[in-house]
Amino acid sequence: MLPGHLRSLAGVSGEVRLDVAGPLTLGVLVDALEAGFPALRGTLRDRVTGRRRAFVRFYACERDLSNEPPDAPLPEPVAAAIAAGREPLLVIGAMAGG
Amino acid sequence: MTQVRVLAGTRKGAFVLTSDGTRRKWSVSGPHMAGWEIYHLKGSPANPDRVYASQNTGWFGQLTQRSDDGGLTWQPAGNDFTYAGGDPGTHLWYDGTPRPWEFKRIWHLEPSLTDPDTVYAGAEDAALFRSTDGASTWTELTGLRQHSTGPQWQPGAGGLCVHTIILQEPRMYVAISAAGTFRSDDNGETWQPVNRGLVSAGIPDTDAEVGHCVHHVEAHPSRPDTLFMQKHWDVMRSDDGGLSWTEVSGNLPTDFGFPIGVHAHEPETVYVVPITSDELHYPPDGRLRVYRSRSGGHEWEPLTNGLPQQDCYVNVYRDAMAVDTLDECGIYFGTTGGQVYVSPDSGDTWEPIVRDLPAVLSVEVQVLP
Repeated sequence: MLPGHLRSLAGVSGEVRLDVAGPLTLGVLVDALEAGFPALRGTLRDRVTGRRRAFVRFYACERDLSNEPPDAPLPEPVAAAIAAGREPLLVIGAMAGG
Repeated sequence: MTQVRVLAGTRKGAFVLTSDGTRRKWSVSGPHMAGWEIYHLKGSPANPDRVYASQNTGWFGQLTQRSDDGGLTWQPAGNDFTYAGGDPGTHLWYDGTPRPWEFKRIWHLEPSLTDPDTVYAGAEDAALFRSTDGASTWTELTGLRQHSTGPQWQPGAGGLCVHTIILQEPRMYVAISAAGTFRSDDNGETWQPVNRGLVSAGIPDTDAEVGHCVHHVEAHPSRPDTLFMQKHWDVMRSDDGGLSWTEVSGNLPTDFGFPIGVHAHEPETVYVVPITSDELHYPPDGRLRVYRSRSGGHEWEPLTNGLPQQDCYVNVYRDAMAVDTLDECGIYFGTTGGQVYVSPDSGDTWEPIVRDLPAVLSVEVQVLP
């Protein structure tokens, strides 16, 4: 699930479904998202460093996954819930600014 | 029938304002890219319906967008502004310590005079990029950032940004806060600082090549060697392509300000919006006055007819003034209070086109046949 600004940018409404293979990591999910929606490249992570943007957060199953290493498999049972489509990965624009 | 199109970038989106040649009745389209900061949008001189926009937020970074219908619909374009050459090195931070170059945003987009697919982008931290495929991909013109003075450049209060790009192909000028003005005579491959004659408090060396906080520079197409500059303090002009500058602030009530404009048909008629000071970014005495010089500086007259003359405390940013090319030249500017004003008679009278937009960051105008 993307925040409103990014749904507009990607031209989607509601949830985005991604096809991914192998163990789920944040890196795999963002790679798949950017491949499906090239307009989103650079919006979640810095183009040069690859680091998550400071005001972008990732949540699933009521857990904050933002600081999970991009290449580390997501913890179970979160990964299984996302992979099965039972729970969305929520991309949140942090509450900041005015 | 002649149509006038004003492109306004604001803190919360882009707006397209259109009128016929009388410039009395306006239609408003927007917000486009709602909720995003639109630092600048500008149309191609070679194809006015091709418009480029710089779109940014602190959350999701820098994007560019491209329109092929004059700004009514938009398509995301490229946003890979990677500095060329691996390790970009350092410039100076506010405290004088070295700081690695880091891309932050695009302040200004300047489409080519002849090719709708070619557009230049001025970046913070200071760098110049060019696209030749309609903003899909960007390549840095490294000669600017890698100039031998680059490690000495320091940011202005708004950042270390390329905010002005003047194309006189093959000559180009850029202005950087707070490095100064630079000129290229080979389409941006190599650059020289052109700041001699600028005097800035805090720079005791009056021969310093760089370090001046230039706010904006304009040139009239018929006189490419004549440049007008609004510096942090001081209004300046050069008649030798920037090689030397003289102050023309004259009788202005204050010579601090951000934008400067040149009349489309009178290359010695210049417009500024004096602002109280670098600490007080609003008009003196709460009176919004554009000042016009018909003599290329020195002698200035206040233009107030139609502008608020009490309790007005807005600012006018550096890219938020533009002129049109109709026979009776129109002057436009936008404010941090969300007003966009038009004068259809070279500044004699003013009317608000809109009063309640988000803070206006940039204003450009196109005349369509």
